[in-house]
Amino acid sequence: MHPAYSVIIFTTMSGAGFGLLAWLAALALLGRIEATPALGIAGLGLAFALIVAGLVSSTAHLGRPERAWRAFSQWHTSWLSREGVLAVATFVPAGSLALCWTFTGARGAFFSAAAVLAIALAVASVYATGMIYQSLTTIRAWAHPLVAPIYVAVAAATGGTLTLFVLRTFGDVPYGVAEASILFSLLAAILKYAYWQGIDTEARTHTAGDATGLSRFGTVRVLDPPHTQANFVMREMGYTVARKHAKTLRVIALSLGFALPTVLTAVSLAAPTPGALLLAGLAVVSMAIGILTERWLFFAEAQHVVMLFYGAQRA
Amino acid sequence: MTALPSSTGQKLGLVIDLDTCVGCQACATSCKEWNTGGYSAPLTDTDPYGADPDGAWLNRVHSYDVGEGATSRTVHFPRSCLHCETPACVTVCPTGASYKRASDGIVLVNPDTCIGCKLCSWACPYGAREYDYTDGIMKKCTLCVDRIYNEHLPPEDRVPACVRACPTGARHFGDLGDEDSDVSRLVRERGGYDLLPEMGYKPVNKYLPPRPRRDATTTACSAPGEAVAASNGSAIEKLFAFADKILSR
Amino acid sequence: MQEKAGYATPSPGVQSDLSSEPHVATSVPPADEIKTTTCYMCACRCGIQVHLKDGKIRYIDGNRKHPVNRGVICGKGSAGIMQHYAPSRLRAPLKRVGPRGSGEFVEISWDEALSTATGWLAEVRSKDPSKLAFFSGRDQSQSLTGWWAMQFGTPNFAAHGGFCSVNMAAGGLYTFGGSFWEFGEPDWDLTKYFLLFGVAEDHGSNPIKIALGKLKKRGAKIVSINPVRTGYNAIADEWLGIKPGTDGLLIGALIHELFRTKQIDLDYLVRYTNAPWLVIQDPGAKDDGLFARDADGKPLCWDANTKTLAAASRVDIAPSLVGEFTLPDGRKAVPAFRLMAERYLDMSYAPESVAPETGITADTIRRIAAEIADVAFKQTVTLPIKWTDWAGRTHSEVIGRPVAMHAMRGISAHSNGFHTCRLLHILQILLGTIDVPGGFRYKAPFPKSAPPANKPVGKPDQIKPNTALPGMHLGFPGGPEDLLIHPDGTPTRIDKAYSWDAPIAAHGLMHMAINNAGLGDPYSIDVLFLYMANMAWNSSMNIGATLKHLTATNADGSYRIPRIIYSDAYSSEMVAYADLILPDTTYLERYDCISLLDRPISEPDGPADAIRHPVVKPDRDVRAFQDVLIDLGARLKLPGFTNGDGTARYPGGYADYIVNHERSPGVGPLAGWRGEQGESFGVGKPNPQQLERYIANGSFHLHRLPREAQYLKHANKAYLEFAKSVGFVGNTEPIIFQLYSEAMQKFRLAARGHGPVQPPASHKQRIERFFDPLPFWYAPFEGSLIDETAFPMHAITQRPMAMYHSWGSQNAWLRQIHAANHLYMARSRGAQLGIADNDWVWISSAIGRVKAQVRLMEGVNADTIWTWNAIGKRSGAWGLDKDAPEAKKGFLLNHLISELLPPRDGGYRYSNSDPVTGQAAWYDLRVKIERAAPDEAQETWPLFEPLTSPTKTIAPALLDFGRAFNTERKPGRSV
Ligand SMILES: Nc1nc2c(c(=O)[nH]1)N[C@H]1C(S)=C(S)[C@@H](COP(=O)(O)OP(=O)(O)OC[C@H]3O[C@@H](n4cnc5c(=O)[nH]c(N)nc54)[C@H](O)[C@@H]3O)O[C@H]1N2
Ligand SMILES: Nc1nc2c(c(=O)[nH]1)N[C@H]1C(S)=C(S)[C@@H](COP(=O)(O)OP(=O)(O)OC[C@H]3O[C@@H](n4cnc5c(=O)[nH]c(N)nc54)[C@H](O)[C@@H]3O)O[C@H]1N2
Ligand code: SF4
Ligand code: SF4
Ligand code: SF4
Ligand code: SF4
Ligand code: SF4
Ligand SMILES: [Mo]
Repeated sequence: MHPAYSVIIFTTMSGAGFGLLAWLAALALLGRIEATPALGIAGLGLAFALIVAGLVSSTAHLGRPERAWRAFSQWHTSWLSREGVLAVATFVPAGSLALCWTFTGARGAFFSAAAVLAIALAVASVYATGMIYQSLTTIRAWAHPLVAPIYVAVAAATGGTLTLFVLRTFGDVPYGVAEASILFSLLAAILKYAYWQGIDTEARTHTAGDATGLSRFGTVRVLDPPHTQANFVMREMGYTVARKHAKTLRVIALSLGFALPTVLTAVSLAAPTPGALLLAGLAVVSMAIGILTERWLFFAEAQHVVMLFYGAQRA
Repeated sequence: MTALPSSTGQKLGLVIDLDTCVGCQACATSCKEWNTGGYSAPLTDTDPYGADPDGAWLNRVHSYDVGEGATSRTVHFPRSCLHCETPACVTVCPTGASYKRASDGIVLVNPDTCIGCKLCSWACPYGAREYDYTDGIMKKCTLCVDRIYNEHLPPEDRVPACVRACPTGARHFGDLGDEDSDVSRLVRERGGYDLLPEMGYKPVNKYLPPRPRRDATTTACSAPGEAVAASNGSAIEKLFAFADKILSR
Repeated sequence: MQEKAGYATPSPGVQSDLSSEPHVATSVPPADEIKTTTCYMCACRCGIQVHLKDGKIRYIDGNRKHPVNRGVICGKGSAGIMQHYAPSRLRAPLKRVGPRGSGEFVEISWDEALSTATGWLAEVRSKDPSKLAFFSGRDQSQSLTGWWAMQFGTPNFAAHGGFCSVNMAAGGLYTFGGSFWEFGEPDWDLTKYFLLFGVAEDHGSNPIKIALGKLKKRGAKIVSINPVRTGYNAIADEWLGIKPGTDGLLIGALIHELFRTKQIDLDYLVRYTNAPWLVIQDPGAKDDGLFARDADGKPLCWDANTKTLAAASRVDIAPSLVGEFTLPDGRKAVPAFRLMAERYLDMSYAPESVAPETGITADTIRRIAAEIADVAFKQTVTLPIKWTDWAGRTHSEVIGRPVAMHAMRGISAHSNGFHTCRLLHILQILLGTIDVPGGFRYKAPFPKSAPPANKPVGKPDQIKPNTALPGMHLGFPGGPEDLLIHPDGTPTRIDKAYSWDAPIAAHGLMHMAINNAGLGDPYSIDVLFLYMANMAWNSSMNIGATLKHLTATNADGSYRIPRIIYSDAYSSEMVAYADLILPDTTYLERYDCISLLDRPISEPDGPADAIRHPVVKPDRDVRAFQDVLIDLGARLKLPGFTNGDGTARYPGGYADYIVNHERSPGVGPLAGWRGEQGESFGVGKPNPQQLERYIANGSFHLHRLPREAQYLKHANKAYLEFAKSVGFVGNTEPIIFQLYSEAMQKFRLAARGHGPVQPPASHKQRIERFFDPLPFWYAPFEGSLIDETAFPMHAITQRPMAMYHSWGSQNAWLRQIHAANHLYMARSRGAQLGIADNDWVWISSAIGRVKAQVRLMEGVNADTIWTWNAIGKRSGAWGLDKDAPEAKKGFLLNHLISELLPPRDGGYRYSNSDPVTGQAAWYDLRVKIERAAPDEAQETWPLFEPLTSPTKTIAPALLDFGRAFNTERKPGRSV
């Protein structure tokens, strides 16, 4: 699949934003952090900024962004619509949460309810994002059952890493937060690894022969394509990345996305404050690069079944 | 709207005979021509006279080289929307622009509400959705919905443009939901098949497979041979004896 | 198929909420106006309906009533809109200002253009009319252009037939007075077994497709004989991947088998052919090999009833096909049939012998021969049609032998094509399939006598300053005395047609005109006048040499070919090489006439002709070339184009000419609705309403013959009388098929030193060998003149169905289908040579090399490579971007095809053509293939300097044709 930058940026940023939102809400709910207005404005502000920037970026992928509002209508069947509805819906509890946080502090049933709802909707939004892809049976690498869980896990990991950075900016990180973040990173890495194992070993069952129904005569190869230059379908679905490249990029994604941030976080636990902030910042940067790579690969490695008509032998 | 109708009144679709298609592209260009000024207008072409011409076409004709050696085949293969019964291209659509008509089963995109998110094209296993980069919306075969019911056309012309054009008569149009229709009969008689049936989209359009060959791979030579060394003299004499008769004018 | 659709109403039980579906305007009026005319996206001439909305073309579809296409339309025809609105259209007359080939022009007025042309032409005409060479390409106005050239007085006129199919046409006309395509076609409705030789697309583009669909529906067997299996050949029941140039052997072997198994239609042979005619056997005599004739000159045969010699035309005899007989003068004579039997029963035509050369196994050949014979003789179709033969005998039925064949350039574009085509017709005739149900059927004005009676015109004494020729140029020599040569044997024509180089060049040798003019061989010319032929590119052999001839200068800097006038409608490669451009309209903006005097659209059921008429007005300063030619004719005061007082005869231009011109009294360009009231067909006074009548009838006229005149037309009294009454034939004599060709033998005798007109010594051997009265197979020239081991592969091209020669590339839709071409080769051969899909390779021939990208396939003869024809373009031409794939990746094989054969003894170089007809031998090409080095550029070679566009039109970066028609879509960017 063609790795559209707007979509890569969208899923990465909004995933991180929802993650950050959920982390902050959860920590506040559990009383692990002090809900100072500054932290609220900076932390939740950053989360909102990431989510909004992600959503705005996603509209760059639309042919008719001015009609984007129409995408909220089909939540009963469409994961994309659900994702939109959930993302927007998240702003209701998340906004309430932010208001409480800033003006009244993390107290009361209303705050708790808002926090719980914000967490649930943030997780649901990210899950819905994952399901947009996972529900497409036409793309084997996306239809994998780990896709949506990985979206959620990655959001948790990126959100955790961001949370650490935000908390570091304001002071110390309470006990257990960094450890939890590391756990989510490891979980995401393990899921991703398992996913790669899965898509690498899974049999590619659809053949050019099935696509054309001509397998009864033998191997189906392209003699002449319909048009001599590439068309929309080929540009959109025909993107491929060399195996060798993919391998390297997977290593980059795993090491920058998960391994290095984990190490940096672990080291930061022992490091004095100014150094710790630097380390947390580095972890964010590293993770951003790693996850963008992971997302790029998520598209680039995915093969669409339609390419069977254009010369692919299996999909 | 994005919900699929639980059943459709008719199942209008195409039956394409791969045994007869010569790959002439008439269905592709006549489709382009009708539709660039019809319901889907325009079907934009980008860089039309330049180094990388591209455009939206609702029907494309592939050629395949199939198998090896004496039993191999060249097969021409037109491909357009199959108007599936349970297509995810409809259900994934976030806006409801993509829908399947309850009356006749035609899958359409509403050009006034499509946001051009391209998700339907990702959901289509058959590559039948064509994004119009300039119009910013998705286009696809409409089964010539603006022809088949068009009262301004003479009744015999109320068929898809591609069917009307096809010089070999390899394209057939009709109601595949009606067991007694000509198209359903053709599908039964000729073993019409679905593309990628395992995808579960239940295409309405059917393909008729190339028929078995009648050549050296299937027919033995029954004519008696002659030894390479046989003198032609004897053959000539036999021929002369045969031709030596009273032949009236 | 169409059923029930169009009347859909939602059925009960549908649960979805219909009201939630958006409203779809399903019944928008598609057009304000429909005009019927004739397509010209190719030469097939289908009837089309042009649907106009707001003055623009909304869409074009096929006219259901039209005999050619019966409503269907092809891939090109449906893209007519894009041709009509192409940015490459020329806009005004052009005068060259830069050097030839630079593409630098200024627009001039028509007045200036026409007076310039008139000045140049008048000078030539008053000095020596043969200094004008006027050649036309893909047009369909040869009865006008030829007549103009005749009035001008130059012998140098021909159209493109020498490229395409003259072998096919001459082979048929010399054998049975017909041929394929507009001469005749298979009986698609009744045939049960169809053999298709060497056809990718043909001129009968839609008719053949419609027909294949019919055959498929009926389950008739289709056998394809073609080195390549694509298109039509892909759907055949059996594909014989023959080695190029060897069809003559295959057909010879089929004939061998029919003779060996005694499965031939003897009755048909004695009735309709010269098989029983007696051939004089007197080696060395001046009439050896000619027919024995009686005192009246009538051929003789042996009557087995009376055991005497008898005029072969008598009906009351039983002609013998075998035996040897003594003529009154004591000499021996044998029936032609016997000579045929000896020739084809020879072991050289045995299936086993031809198998290695053709690549088709002996078993397969035997099986096909048996299948053909079985269908012809055991599966006959009999139609209960009462008809009367030429002798007045009435028959109650017509017996059909339902084996049909069609062939085109695969056999005709070889240097052995004439004889191969003759062999094919002999095969048809032995089976008794000519003009019978299920076999082949003639189309009027054919059949004509074999060969037709008209002789070529342009002998030395017929060419005089300011004088018209006494007749039309192209005819059919009956012997050496009909050649167009000077007493010393040199040609009178610039293309050497009808000279010893190509005695039966019935369509001329357009492919040699520029080369010969450039070399001054046989002489130099002053004006080259071309119409609708892209001679600076895809229609030339050896393009580099052609461009050199077009730009070569004398010592004083003047051009060797001093003046070049060209009429094109688009900015083709050729435009850049002309001095004066006369821009034509598109096919939707002008009158054209598809005439029975030329190449009509007749059907087996009856003669038909057609017109084009302007369905839209030109938006540029262009004029229909025919109007221009008629105007030039008047300005030059050519006799046919002026009245006695010097005024223009056809002031109304081509439309005026179509209606009022009479070639002979009562016979004009159009045969329908003649007579003052439109009451007569074929012959009648001009009808001022004739064009209106055509337009009202869909722009064509079909005169359906009565059933009794529809079959066996060569011997059918009703048909022959009809044909005579409308001037198709001169008399009602039956047309006798010439299995044995006396005309050939006459040339051969001349080579043996007999008769007043003899070939110069240097030509003798060649004439002796190739003017064999019975067709035979010989290896194509190129392969036998170069080192075959150095160039082991055969190289051929095919017509892509969605592209018409060079002119489809300017079409925004068609070029998306074929913006570049690959070189196709057998997967097995690729493996041997270490070549994989998409590798770049060098294709080398004896004269040059071309770089191309490979695609491997199964369905191709392993010794053959091929590509789609005419996709490669010169950078800058056709209104395309200089970096268009057509120029960067697209390639032509033409760079590799030599226009001349290698020098023979004495250094003389014949053209690369069939020795009998001069047909260009495009498909004799031999090449070798080598992988390009990995560091070589991934683009084609040779690359020529980009041309400058003469139109100055800026091509749009985006095309959204049709947006304006969509009145249902909400305007603007709705949210
Ligand atoms: N779409 C389209 N239609 C056209 C044209 C066009 O450019 N485009 N051009 C028109 C013109 S001018 C012409 S002349 C006609 C030509 O019409 P065709 O005769 O169909 O012309 P080609 O494409 O040259 O096809 C020649 C066929 O012969 C095969 N062949 C080559 N060598 C041999 C051989 O030795 N033996 C046999 N058996 N087969 C062989 C080739 O593989 C090819 O399939 O088409 C006309 N129609
Ligand atoms: N290698 C190879 N070469 C071949 C062949 C092959 O099979 N292989 N085939 C040969 C054969 S059979 C043929 S017939 C030739 C064909 O070759 P050409 O006769 O050169 O045919 P086109 O390329 O179609 O060029 C015709 C010219 O007519 C112009 N034209 C189009 N419409 C109009 C119009 O309405 N009015 C005017 N005035 N001009 C118009 C076009 O712009 C173009 O410049 O090619 C020959 N060349
Ligand atoms: S072919 Fe593709 S676009 Fe058409 S209905 Fe099926 S899934 Fe949808
Ligand atoms: S591109 Fe248009 S039709 Fe397709 S899913 Fe998106 S909104 Fe729906
Ligand atoms: S039915 Fe209409 S829209 Fe669909 S492929 Fe045919 S011509 Fe195109
Ligand atoms: S028009 Fe008919 S024959 Fe031509 S490509 Fe389409 S289906 Fe095949
Ligand atoms: S075959 Fe096609 S291009 Fe040629 S005349 Fe017919 S419709 Fe036009
Ligand atoms: Mo041709």
